[in-house]
Amino acid sequence: MTTEPSALARPASPKDLFVTFTLLALQGFGGVLAIAQRVLVEQKRWLSQEEFIELLAVAQVMPGPNICNLALMTGDRFFGWRGAFAALAGMMAVPLVIVLMLTALYTQFAAHPAVAGALKGMGAVSAGLFVGTGLRLASALRSNPMGASICTAFAVICFIAVALLHWPLVWVLLILGTIACLWAFKRLPSRAASER
Amino acid sequence: MHTGIDWLALFGHFLLLSLLAVGGAITVVPDMHRVLVGKMGLLTDAQFNASIAIAQASPGPNILFVAVMGYQAAGFAGAFVTLAGIMLPSTTLALAVARWGHARRHWPEVQAFKAGMAPIVIALMFSTGWILATQTPGWRHVLLTIAAALLVWRTRIHLLILIGIGAAVGALGLV
Repeated sequence: MTTEPSALARPASPKDLFVTFTLLALQGFGGVLAIAQRVLVEQKRWLSQEEFIELLAVAQVMPGPNICNLALMTGDRFFGWRGAFAALAGMMAVPLVIVLMLTALYTQFAAHPAVAGALKGMGAVSAGLFVGTGLRLASALRSNPMGASICTAFAVICFIAVALLHWPLVWVLLILGTIACLWAFKRLPSRAASER
Repeated sequence: MHTGIDWLALFGHFLLLSLLAVGGAITVVPDMHRVLVGKMGLLTDAQFNASIAIAQASPGPNILFVAVMGYQAAGFAGAFVTLAGIMLPSTTLALAVARWGHARRHWPEVQAFKAGMAPIVIALMFSTGWILATQTPGWRHVLLTIAAALLVWRTRIHLLILIGIGAAVGALGLV
């Protein structure tokens, strides 16, 4: 399911970026990444599935919150540093006001069983959002130069290391990431052609 | 009120943690605990844990838990100092690297990075879901997680509706 580049749209202005990122941040409870994929790739069509994964890969290996790095890079791609600032400010400004208000309220309602239960239910759904978004993004692996089965193997090893064995992310990215990138380098179409 | 705070040390510590936070600020939480609760004595254990819970229950990026910690430690000025500290170095670096990579996107090395990292990035999405779903004991919320995952994968249902259903089911005590 490769998205045609010609079918992509672009934000009208930095203000458009600010408003879009504010609205998408406000929909994200316990993780904005799933919402970002839905809005940026499927609704606004500012990024293709492949571009989203690519920005996420950079965001992932860089220090700092992935979703803020993703906002920054998306904004920068369209309007330079003004876009980067607009997208990041959209991601953070209004949610910051809300979270500080909630902090003031929290102590009064934290013990209420319905509030605690609602938080638990929202947590369970947000876990599902991550898994579901992962499944959607997986369709982009079909066009990966490494081929679907090698991609699956890398994904399974990464999942076992991070989710089941709880290895530090830094080491997983450094070791498994390097192996995967070297493997991909040997399988690039341009190189494969030149070797023939 | 908080005249005893060493603002420079607080800011400096978050600047440093920013560059260590590969995979998000949640990975440096143990070190924040060491400094804010232990060394500087600005927060209690309960305040520290509540900061993370509040940010997760609130809309927006989870990084805002850092601002909640700063706010609980030293009001708005505290929130500003901790949030600015954790954001400035990492955003500057990410922007520089993204520009560098985008300008060289036709280089085989950059293309290999994109292709090689794709399955890993996707596996990390699954891992996050797994870790979130399994940190609470019991099994009924896991069914809710699976249902939400299938709906996100196969339908275009609005994600806020799913969150709302989760909140309602949870408030009724069903998970």
